[in-house]
Amino acid sequence: MNGPLGTSGLILNEPLLWEQGQKGRCGFSLPERDVPESPLPEALTGDGPAFPDLSEAEVVRHFTRLSTWNYGVDTGIYPLGSCTMKYNPKTNERQAALRGFAAAHPLLPPRLSQGALRLMAGLERDLAEIAGLTAATLQPAAGAQGELAGMLIIHAYHRGRGKQRTKVLIPDTAHGTNPASAALCGYAPVPVPSDGRGIIAPKTVSALMDDDTAGIMITNPNTLGFFEENIREIARIVHERGGLVYGDGANMNAVMGVVKPGEIGIDILHLNLHKTFSSPHGGGGPGAGPVAVTKDLARFLPVPRVVETDGMYALSEDFPDSVGRLVAFHGHFGVLVRAYSYIRSMGPDGLRQASRLACLNANYVREKLKGVLHLAYDRPCMHECVFSDRDQQAEGITALDMAKRLMDYGFHPPTIYFPLVVRGAIMIEPTETETKEELDRFVEAFRAIVREAKESPQLLREAPVRCKVKRLDEAAAARNPRLAG
Amino acid sequence: MRYLPHTEEDIAAMLGVIGIEEIDDLFKAIPPDCRLHGDLRLPPALTEWELDDHMDCLAGAMAVSPEYRLYLGAGSYDHRIPATVASLLGRSEFLTSYTPYQPEMLQGTLQGIYEYQTLAARLLGMEVATASHYDGATALAEALLMAVRITKKKRVALSRAIHPHYRQVVRTYFAPTVYELLEIPFLDTGLTDLSRIEGAGGLAAVALQSPNFFGCIEDLRNAGERAHAVGALLVATFTEALAYGLLKSPGSLGADIVGGEGQSLGIPRSFGGPALGMLASRKRYLRSLPGRLVGRTKDRDGKEGFVLTLATREQHIRREKATSNICTNNSLCALAAVMTMASLGRTGIRRLAALNHDKAEYLKNALREAGCTIPFPAPTFNEFVVTAPGGFDAVHRRLLEKKIVAGLPLGPYYPELAGHFLLCVTETAGREDLDALAKEALS
Repeated sequence: MNGPLGTSGLILNEPLLWEQGQKGRCGFSLPERDVPESPLPEALTGDGPAFPDLSEAEVVRHFTRLSTWNYGVDTGIYPLGSCTMKYNPKTNERQAALRGFAAAHPLLPPRLSQGALRLMAGLERDLAEIAGLTAATLQPAAGAQGELAGMLIIHAYHRGRGKQRTKVLIPDTAHGTNPASAALCGYAPVPVPSDGRGIIAPKTVSALMDDDTAGIMITNPNTLGFFEENIREIARIVHERGGLVYGDGANMNAVMGVVKPGEIGIDILHLNLHKTFSSPHGGGGPGAGPVAVTKDLARFLPVPRVVETDGMYALSEDFPDSVGRLVAFHGHFGVLVRAYSYIRSMGPDGLRQASRLACLNANYVREKLKGVLHLAYDRPCMHECVFSDRDQQAEGITALDMAKRLMDYGFHPPTIYFPLVVRGAIMIEPTETETKEELDRFVEAFRAIVREAKESPQLLREAPVRCKVKRLDEAAAARNPRLAG
Repeated sequence: MRYLPHTEEDIAAMLGVIGIEEIDDLFKAIPPDCRLHGDLRLPPALTEWELDDHMDCLAGAMAVSPEYRLYLGAGSYDHRIPATVASLLGRSEFLTSYTPYQPEMLQGTLQGIYEYQTLAARLLGMEVATASHYDGATALAEALLMAVRITKKKRVALSRAIHPHYRQVVRTYFAPTVYELLEIPFLDTGLTDLSRIEGAGGLAAVALQSPNFFGCIEDLRNAGERAHAVGALLVATFTEALAYGLLKSPGSLGADIVGGEGQSLGIPRSFGGPALGMLASRKRYLRSLPGRLVGRTKDRDGKEGFVLTLATREQHIRREKATSNICTNNSLCALAAVMTMASLGRTGIRRLAALNHDKAEYLKNALREAGCTIPFPAPTFNEFVVTAPGGFDAVHRRLLEKKIVAGLPLGPYYPELAGHFLLCVTETAGREDLDALAKEALS
């Protein structure tokens, strides 16, 4: 194929749901009434919510048109840094939709739900093995709730030792969820600056760690795409002062089968099943954020927990030190099925190879774009690389402008303006499922855009021009919120 | 492995560009004492077809309809889901996209979520609904944390007729805080004892579930008046969103914040998740709402479009000062809910809700005639509590042998309700099924 991917097809407009339909239509096959009417007292009933009445075909056409305004990882590369937008296997969807899973009630007696419980026990075992830790909970509904679970465990641990602590160390490269999760447990986050090489130095931790600090939350590899080389020493310092080490596993896709976090000093680790373990992100969720812990901390895990006796599985709440229940039932089981399918499909060698190729792809892009864009830290990376808009600033072109222009070329942009430690950051994580050809096309597009930035910067400032809408006014949206029709 | 596209030639070419000999050179930054020596101890890879067999086998070891007849609700409901919803939701443009941080490329998700926010607000009688939360229990916990932020008071009263798991989750979220939780008992009617609100003192919020865990429809208007009289907010929760197709909405009855479960709106039970946390409030509390919001705006040509907005409440901007730590939510479930609400329409949702209620009444009456007792006289929606002389356990056991799961035993949750069961009837149950169940209760 010659020429860029991005082009303008026929894009249809579609009104809001309530701007269409006619009263009396219904797109739902209502079961026949086979019992007598038994009206409730009038004081209790209303007229029904003001929903539009639409036919089945109207509903289908509406959402089909909407879908064509979207870009998914099935459409093309989605190189959002720290988001791990890898291919979402179709077989996983088949498995999650199996009637035995999809129609299963969460409060079935255990002997009637052995399949789901066995799957959960198996997934807990697999994730604990990948994490190098002993036990796991599958309850957390997303990465941020995994962090909360971890912070609750740290909180319960210190309370159990008779003295609560007040602070948590968090590197300046961390996701915003880290300080927010710590704050939910009443801990004040203490920022830990990274050094000139983009990682945390032991002496920095040593200077900050004290008897009032509950522990450290550390993402490894970090959001600059670098392995925290001093992790063992950092863990030793934190442990020595009675703290715990929380690992944010958002970037675990770099090191499956290469590093076991539990073996290098991590006490608690969350994993994002919607990143590393291929479950689709669904335009914002649902995800799942299971948490693995050391043997000593297992008693604090949320309840209920899956237990096994003579090959029979059950759910038990009989863990008096548990931090309690995190969600109404057993976590995002449908997401767990997908992750389990992925791990079974990949096997141990496949997972390790996925991490190796994720790093290969990231370094290939880093090398190819080096010299095109300013590289924030010029050294090999793990699964993602961080550039910046420094060299375009003279033309008044920003990371945002380049991101928007990428859309016109038919690519989803990388993460921009994160991590915060790099000004005008452009953070690229290709993942292992992209081909060399797709990476080459992406790199070529970026080259062309950088050229345009010099020669005709207006093209970037006006971008995108090939999407359903042009650049949207986000400031106006916040100034005058219009949140419902 | 079919998900990994790299050929030997690709790898060699890429290594050449990077200027290294082998892939493992990329891991040189990892100190040797941090490297895993050996392999992960995981089962070997399966082919697609072996995986199908394995998963069929696991899924086969589950009790689901039609082989089993389930009368279980308690926060997870068996409702018909149109084929259209599964089909539309499976469109990979929706399924495989990320959070719409780049709105121009994700107008589909954004308009869909905006429509969800609108219909959710209409269903609940509120002015603003968020883009979604994890589930009903976490939505309730967030609603209560929101109430203490708004009122700056430190105590929250929870009805004991709120789903026991929801109360557990609230306790988990409140455990590391300085806030205090107290529980309000329920009366012999099956309804919360609202007279306890006055005496509690210093309340930030009173939380009620309606229909409550026993299926009984609470007097939210009365609760709201009493809560407001002591300067507290009324926080309403629910596990069965379909009820509001028929009942007055919590907003119209005086609720200030509503946080509950939307699983009934087109989301499969899936062993309890993912489901849909619905969170809504009055507009004046907008800045305290946790989680994402989609708003309307215009593009540079003045054309209408949608963006994520008011991000200054959120963790990626405000970090530890955010209104919550939530990032990934349950967007796709919200999309399923808006598709279902649109399919039903006002006409359909009211009829479907009425059918649920009437079928539950039919079974209630049939069980009563069969000699069972319905202990709580308050009106119910599609769930109710039943017991029998000497307890319902024997009936439940007998029915289980016939592959009928006749409700949830309440003894483990409420010791005083040992021998009582919570039964749920939805549109999926036919009259003959209900007759058969009642007949069995008789024998």
